[in-house]
Amino acid sequence: MRFHFKTSYDQDIRLFPDWWNFSLYLALLLLMLVLPWLIDGFYLGEVTNVLIWAVAGLGLMLLTGQTGQVSLGHSAFMALGCYSCVNFMELGLPFLAAFLLAGVVTGIIGAIIAIPALKLHGVYLAIFTLALAILADDLIVILEPWTGGVNGYFAPVIEIFGIEINRWAAPETWYYLALGTSVFVALLYRNLLRSPLGRAFAAVRDSEISAQAMGVDVARTKTMAFGLSCAFAGLGGALMGLFAGAFNNETFNFLIAIQLLMMIIIGGLGFIHGAFLGAIVIAFLPQFLSILTDNLGSASIPGLETGVFGMILIAFILFEPMGLYGRWLKMRTWLELFPFARRDMFRRQKTYLKTERLR
Amino acid sequence: MSLLELDGVTLKFGGVTAVNNLSMSVNEGEVFALVGPNGAGKSTVFNMISRFYRPVRGSIRFDGGDLLTHRAHEIANLGIARTFQNIELFERATVLENLLVGRHRHRRSTLPEQLFFTGRVRAEERAHRLAVEEVIDFLDLQVYRDKMIAGLPYGVRKVVELARALATKPRLLLLDEPASGLSVEETQDMRWWIDDIRRQMGITVLMVEHDMGLVSKVCDRVLALADGAKLAEGTPAEVQSHPAVIEAYLGTSAVSKTANAQGERI
Repeated sequence: MRFHFKTSYDQDIRLFPDWWNFSLYLALLLLMLVLPWLIDGFYLGEVTNVLIWAVAGLGLMLLTGQTGQVSLGHSAFMALGCYSCVNFMELGLPFLAAFLLAGVVTGIIGAIIAIPALKLHGVYLAIFTLALAILADDLIVILEPWTGGVNGYFAPVIEIFGIEINRWAAPETWYYLALGTSVFVALLYRNLLRSPLGRAFAAVRDSEISAQAMGVDVARTKTMAFGLSCAFAGLGGALMGLFAGAFNNETFNFLIAIQLLMMIIIGGLGFIHGAFLGAIVIAFLPQFLSILTDNLGSASIPGLETGVFGMILIAFILFEPMGLYGRWLKMRTWLELFPFARRDMFRRQKTYLKTERLR
Repeated sequence: MSLLELDGVTLKFGGVTAVNNLSMSVNEGEVFALVGPNGAGKSTVFNMISRFYRPVRGSIRFDGGDLLTHRAHEIANLGIARTFQNIELFERATVLENLLVGRHRHRRSTLPEQLFFTGRVRAEERAHRLAVEEVIDFLDLQVYRDKMIAGLPYGVRKVVELARALATKPRLLLLDEPASGLSVEETQDMRWWIDDIRRQMGITVLMVEHDMGLVSKVCDRVLALADGAKLAEGTPAEVQSHPAVIEAYLGTSAVSKTANAQGERI
């Protein structure tokens, strides 16, 4: 059993609560840094894909996991991030500037779109955002001069400080770009969680009425959550399009948005780790299944991937609504408290009657 | 000097008049209670002060300013904090995080500063943490500091909600049934805390409470409501012995009932 003795307020405020925790994450970062020397180019590409999904997933996590607002339309914002990044590059901006600017622009447009959506709750918000995703598909076709329409775009050459980021010639360059972005976004996310705005997000998620009574401007907070969420999703979308090499309206299909939502539920709603764990599942499942069918000697079965994915999602919602990270937390608590862990410590509680009628 | 003043406040839900032409004034530094049977409109009065409802007539003034020009989330900034009858805590957060939300109105840092967690944000967080720790000390919540709300018993949640309201450093505290569902010991604690809140912190308290034992021990003045209208106002003893109040709680007195019955027979 492990004891947490706190001797200073800073232990609740700083990034890592103690040295043990800090060294664990440092070890993970070092492992990620030397990964290109440990695995071959193909798998490095797959890990890059995981990290890109995780960046977009962190975006949706901020909105759905932290603020409690569902979105089925994040593929639209991923597309917006991707096309604006490419267009800024065409205008002659260096990649890094175009990339960050694309995130900011997507965030601002996301916040503006959020304003009419503020009054919507639950399933109505889901339908509104789903409509956005479907609209985005058509808009990409209509706005051909900027998007290339159905024919799409071939990703321009990316250069950062004179180093060319090339997926085929040097997969590790892409890997480091994705790693850098995901660490950057996760850091911003973590900073939010320990500052007033992050707590306001959680307050809005759990009880809008008492958030208001504590002085939280619910409309403003939701707008900010939407904006930040779209900014992160835009960064993820830009990476996803550029990593694919070529992209058109089909690349950012609304199915991507649904996959993104399933991903964060499987990973664990409300946890940064959840976005990464969910991304691992979503990116490796197709490879895993194809290896499995190859070894069993059968031909590939159409629809197998979607079917298995759906079943995994159903299983998680039924048996582990806290997702993969929630399961890990339970195991860790059991070990830390051994032998004092109680079975019902994590039982889902019936919440006391809420004054929802005040809404 | 009166801190909160209601003047001719009326609120209707469709055809139902929930609060009818209510006037009252709460003085700075006193503990004031609203009592009355279920459905009398006590919580509705609270919700009007919190600006969740807008009265159709009348005015509400706080510290000389018109409260009705403010929106619901601006009320906390004026120095009014409240608790809820059915406990409205942030369930998927720890006690500490709940109390820190109470500090929301004291934040000064901007979004970019928070995203990059600059020195100013860090300094502010330390100050918030200190302020919250004082409240934790005051209400003896040390044991629960890092516990999730979802796993806490009802009695503790009540105290956490009081703590969260105190963390905002209010001038006026609205307590909606602070003792409902509490055990005898917990009610006793609540009584001392309310006393201390008034004496040590100098906070004015307006509360809705059914437990007349608690009301008569901590309150300076009581206002009895029935069907949205004022029945009686005065010290706890005066209100408790007021005939209209007895009638509202127990029905018409036995004497007048027999008189009525006889009247009908004739």
